[in-house]
Amino acid sequence: MSLKKIALNELNKLFAALSLTKKVYLPVEKAGQYDYAPWEAGVEYRPEVLHTVKSAKSVFFPQSEDLVRYRRSGLSLNIECEAPEDEDFVIFGVHACDVKGFEVLDRVFLSDPADTYYKARREHGAVISVMCGRPEETCFCGTFGIDAEKPGGDIQSWISGETLYMEALTAKGEEIFSQLGGIVADAGEDDAKAVEETLSGHREIMKKLPLSSLTTEGFGRDADLLGLFNRPEWKELSASCLGCGTCTYVCPTCQCYDIREYNTGKDIRRFRVWDSCMYSDFTMMAHGSPRPDQMQRFRQRFMHKLKYYPDNYDGAFSCVGCGRCLQKCPVSLNIAKVMKKLGGAK
Amino acid sequence: MSENCTGSCVPGMTKDMLVPQLAVVTEIRTETPDVKTFRVESPDGSPLFDHMPGQCAMLTLPGSGEAMFSITSSPTEKGYKEFSIKRCGQLTDALHAIEPGQEIGIRGPYGKPFPVDTEFRGQNLLFIAGGIGLAPLHSVIDYVRANRDAYGHMDILYGSRSAADLVDLEQIQNVWMKEKDTNVYLTIDRPQEGWDGHVGFVPAYLKELAFKPDCTAIICGPPIMIKFVLQALIEMGFDKTQVYTTLELKMKCGIGKCGRCNIGSKFVCKDGPVFRCDEIDELPNEY
Repeated sequence: MSLKKIALNELNKLFAALSLTKKVYLPVEKAGQYDYAPWEAGVEYRPEVLHTVKSAKSVFFPQSEDLVRYRRSGLSLNIECEAPEDEDFVIFGVHACDVKGFEVLDRVFLSDPADTYYKARREHGAVISVMCGRPEETCFCGTFGIDAEKPGGDIQSWISGETLYMEALTAKGEEIFSQLGGIVADAGEDDAKAVEETLSGHREIMKKLPLSSLTTEGFGRDADLLGLFNRPEWKELSASCLGCGTCTYVCPTCQCYDIREYNTGKDIRRFRVWDSCMYSDFTMMAHGSPRPDQMQRFRQRFMHKLKYYPDNYDGAFSCVGCGRCLQKCPVSLNIAKVMKKLGGAK
Repeated sequence: MSENCTGSCVPGMTKDMLVPQLAVVTEIRTETPDVKTFRVESPDGSPLFDHMPGQCAMLTLPGSGEAMFSITSSPTEKGYKEFSIKRCGQLTDALHAIEPGQEIGIRGPYGKPFPVDTEFRGQNLLFIAGGIGLAPLHSVIDYVRANRDAYGHMDILYGSRSAADLVDLEQIQNVWMKEKDTNVYLTIDRPQEGWDGHVGFVPAYLKELAFKPDCTAIICGPPIMIKFVLQALIEMGFDKTQVYTTLELKMKCGIGKCGRCNIGSKFVCKDGPVFRCDEIDELPNEY
């Protein structure tokens, strides 16, 4: 492999150089919390931050986006659609779990008929991943076969000591390197050794994580759909669920959205926003809802991730084990508990 | 299914599936006190899109929202699409208040149609509808009428709360009842003055009529009616593989991505809305 390197305290030069031609998104602190936002002078990359609050999916699938503008006048109607993304951008600092999260969304939004707005962002966006430095007790990406030491994307990178080591995986990644001549240097044999040591240290940490033995046994394509659906344990599992939807908003793989309207006074904007199957109005129609109880809504979310999604997408799961829901649920419910209770592994 | 944007949209860009095309409501017929039929055409008179019986489309009246409706007209009517819509919510209230000439947005078609050109071909057909449930079957019935020789005998059993609530009564009496090799049976829930036809609920009338299970049954109506009709058909010797229905759940995208119309691993918007009743047995009871 062709390894490049840059000192961590030089990273701002890298961001500045890339920012000349494109936006660079990275985890940025705002009011004490980190979320992906465009880099600007003065913003420092903080490798010790494990997770942004919202996952990196927000860059490709924003929480809210306009799709159409309508103007009505008397009987006539004018329809204008919003232009999809047409400028290149880079997203830096994504960990393996969130990179895999993009693949989960790709299967939904890029399958025929593709979502034009998502597709344009995927085409124009380049992903620079960084291996997570300090996985936490809530991490379980390994459960879903994710190799945290190979975070993927267009360029993947590792921090060893005070240096960031980078490797291009795609043509998009090579192109980024070509813009960074003089800013990143070629790495040598000693550097490769340093990276290897970092990786083996990381592997040891991953093995010791409390959820490292959690498996997907009992779920997925081969699981009995109605058997799983009708398990009596759903009731107690969901008993304390508030239906707040926090789990869905922090989730890198939750795909569900609503389409709503907003009257600006000048025109009517139709926009798309993240939505949550945990909400009672998610499936509410004029004549009622097929999921009137929170238990049913709770079950829907986990059945979707562990059974329905795998059924529809070649057995792939719609969870990447990032652990955000374990950290954020106000009543400590989460997918790991569901999997322990209903799955084959104890 | 995608097309390039024209007019005021971004030149050359592929229009997203979520963006509707412009259409105009050219005719509005009042069918019952709470059902109107809307005829929708493209502003220049060219066909909006091709559909097959059982498929749906999203109608939008900006400011009042967007929702999925089954296409009532037959695909053999190329020049327009019709939608029989019951007033029961925010958008349908607003649609009931518009006048002919109103421009609206439309996108579609969505979903899998009834297998009119395959499994239904050559079969005797038994249509069973309740209330506004006639809307999705209307398209099938008119398609069968337009290709009459390709199908066997046709029975249509249709019921509603009252005589005034029978959608399309005029066409049923003047056209369907005169169609060759076709019997139409109407019923209303309670006796009323001036009605000398059958009185009683659809499932009970169905048993009374004692159809032989030598046909394919196609049912649509309120969920409770579908349930009892299906029970009655099983008692009458029908197999679930002979029975089709069409389901309805809340929808936003129409293309299996927004995540709300699933029943188990199936999305009603793209894997349905038409299901054979034995397929429904394999799904969780969440519809």
